[in-house]
Amino acid sequence: MTAPLDVSGQELQAAPEAVLDGAQGKAIEGRSLGQIAWTRLKRDKVALTGAGVVIFLILVAIFAPLIVSWFGHPPNDFNQDLISSETLAPKDGTGISADHLFGVEPVNGRDIFSRVVYGARISLLIAFLATLLSVAIGTLLGVMAGYFGGWVDSVISKAMDVFLAFPLLVFAIALAGVVPDSAFGLSGDALRVSLLIFIIGFFNWPYIGRIMRGQTLSLREREFIDAARSLGARGPYIIFREMLPNLVAPILIYATLLIPTNILFEAALSFLGVGVRPPTATWGGMLSDAVRFYTIPHFMFFPGMAIFITVLAFNLFGDGLRDALDPRAR
Amino acid sequence: MVTYIIRRLIWGVVMLAIVSMITFAIFFLVPRLAGATSESLAARYVGRTATAEQVKLAAERLGFNDPLVVQYGRFAKGIVAGADYSYGPTVEHCPAPCLGYSFLSRLPVWPDLLDRVPVTGSLAIGAAIIWLIAGVATGVISALRRGSLFDRAAMSVALAGVSLPIFFTGIVSLVLFSYGRPFAITAPGGSYTPFLTNPALWAYGLILPWITLAFLYAAGYARLTRSGMLETMNEDYIRTARAKGLTERVVVVKHGLRGALTPILTIFGLDLGLLMGGAVLTESTFSLPGIGKYAIDAIVNQDLPKVMGVVLVAAFFVVLANLLVDLLYAVVDPRVRLA
Repeated sequence: MTAPLDVSGQELQAAPEAVLDGAQGKAIEGRSLGQIAWTRLKRDKVALTGAGVVIFLILVAIFAPLIVSWFGHPPNDFNQDLISSETLAPKDGTGISADHLFGVEPVNGRDIFSRVVYGARISLLIAFLATLLSVAIGTLLGVMAGYFGGWVDSVISKAMDVFLAFPLLVFAIALAGVVPDSAFGLSGDALRVSLLIFIIGFFNWPYIGRIMRGQTLSLREREFIDAARSLGARGPYIIFREMLPNLVAPILIYATLLIPTNILFEAALSFLGVGVRPPTATWGGMLSDAVRFYTIPHFMFFPGMAIFITVLAFNLFGDGLRDALDPRAR
Repeated sequence: MVTYIIRRLIWGVVMLAIVSMITFAIFFLVPRLAGATSESLAARYVGRTATAEQVKLAAERLGFNDPLVVQYGRFAKGIVAGADYSYGPTVEHCPAPCLGYSFLSRLPVWPDLLDRVPVTGSLAIGAAIIWLIAGVATGVISALRRGSLFDRAAMSVALAGVSLPIFFTGIVSLVLFSYGRPFAITAPGGSYTPFLTNPALWAYGLILPWITLAFLYAAGYARLTRSGMLETMNEDYIRTARAKGLTERVVVVKHGLRGALTPILTIFGLDLGLLMGGAVLTESTFSLPGIGKYAIDAIVNQDLPKVMGVVLVAAFFVVLANLLVDLLYAVVDPRVRLA
């Protein structure tokens, strides 16, 4: 007799107790790690607030043109009528009004709200894609080092040591500084954004790599891997089907915690003038402009708070995610 | 122990070699990949007024037409043994370590950089002392009084601290405590007095950068110390120490803190090395004439030999710090020597 592999049928048969208990009102279900983590996360109000802010910021970044067109002040438009011609400061000090929520910049009167909103786009785009790049390289090399061991491990581990020993910021400044205004078939913002994604992502992979290597090392010794191997599974199958599902939790946690670091990194490079070039609005670039106008505090306040709130929200959410997925690491 | 030290020293030298290769690649390979020619690279050395003929000659003399391996060899030799430059009518000797000449001032980079090391050093070491004391103390108290008001307040501040960019806190602190404000506690930005000239003025000029920089790091260290202490205080040997009848202070300081401190010392060494290699953001926020400011000013002017010099010096400090941390670790933790 052949047993057909009917998955849905199996599921029903596999949970006879649940059906019985269900009749009494409360079901005992096998819960996946995701479900357990979700229950824990739901109770963590701080992490949920962080997640809420993160989602809000992502929406702001996606719908930036819509939000800005609503108020009708494109980020690079001058509003010289609001600027005092003697002091070059906004006429009433800040220029804050229902029309200009965050006021206007000194000298040329650009709308700070629009620029902060557009700054979110650059910041989040670079941080997300750079994190993706780090996670991809880090996971691939980390798992390879941990799984294969031997010379593969020592080469990759040494490479990680070298990368971690780099004065990242100085290297990034140099690299962002030597590339001309048009190269690799790209120019302008597209070039700068891709360059920053590459630099930030490429230099950060060892952080993920180390964690993945450690996790793989301990996973490799577990019984279920032995079982898979004794059933005849080969390397790729074990890596992708047996190990990777177990690595999803740490990947998620450290990716979430890497995003704020990358946001700060991008802001730092823009602040130093080697990030995305002006007049494109970036939070770091706005702060660097604001330094010269320290007597006009609202100019530095809004971009600075934008960075702070974004980074804090990601940190809170990341910490909560870690507590939920891996309670021992508290 | 001796073999361990020798092995570590060799690895340190290998690291420096790799770093120099990557630096070379950034400055000579990346521009080529981005479309630069030998002539456009050489044009930067001869100034804007040079004719096409002169540029071509300079490219030839500087060896930009040679294979990259030969160019790297020359670059490395310059650092180790000095080099002779002849991009003009005269030949100039640049003694080791030769990091090249500034495009703008035509002066060698190395002595210039050396002048700026004390500024960055003062900034880094002063801040490091503050953050180590403040961070570890806060972390220990938080761990011992877990869940108390102090713990929650300190950890909230610490979380905010790790989420703030230094250039933002720097500007805010400058606005609040400098520029002729009533609470002015520091000299206006950009003034650095050497310690030997006047220690009081030295500290007066650096106090705000120290505190700002230390706050960010102290936040991270407090978080690390707290989790490390929580872990070690649950170890069996702590219970043993208590059972022996040791006072709580001895248990916490000699048994608990010692175990929790080793990973922190590792990170401390690396952070200090990174800072010595140019506290770029702090220096440019507070206009301190250190190595980091030097790099940023150079980038603005596209004065690449200066930037290259900073990259190499910065990497050197990090490799050095790595080495020292590893050697220190071997002294503290005997297991490391055998690994």
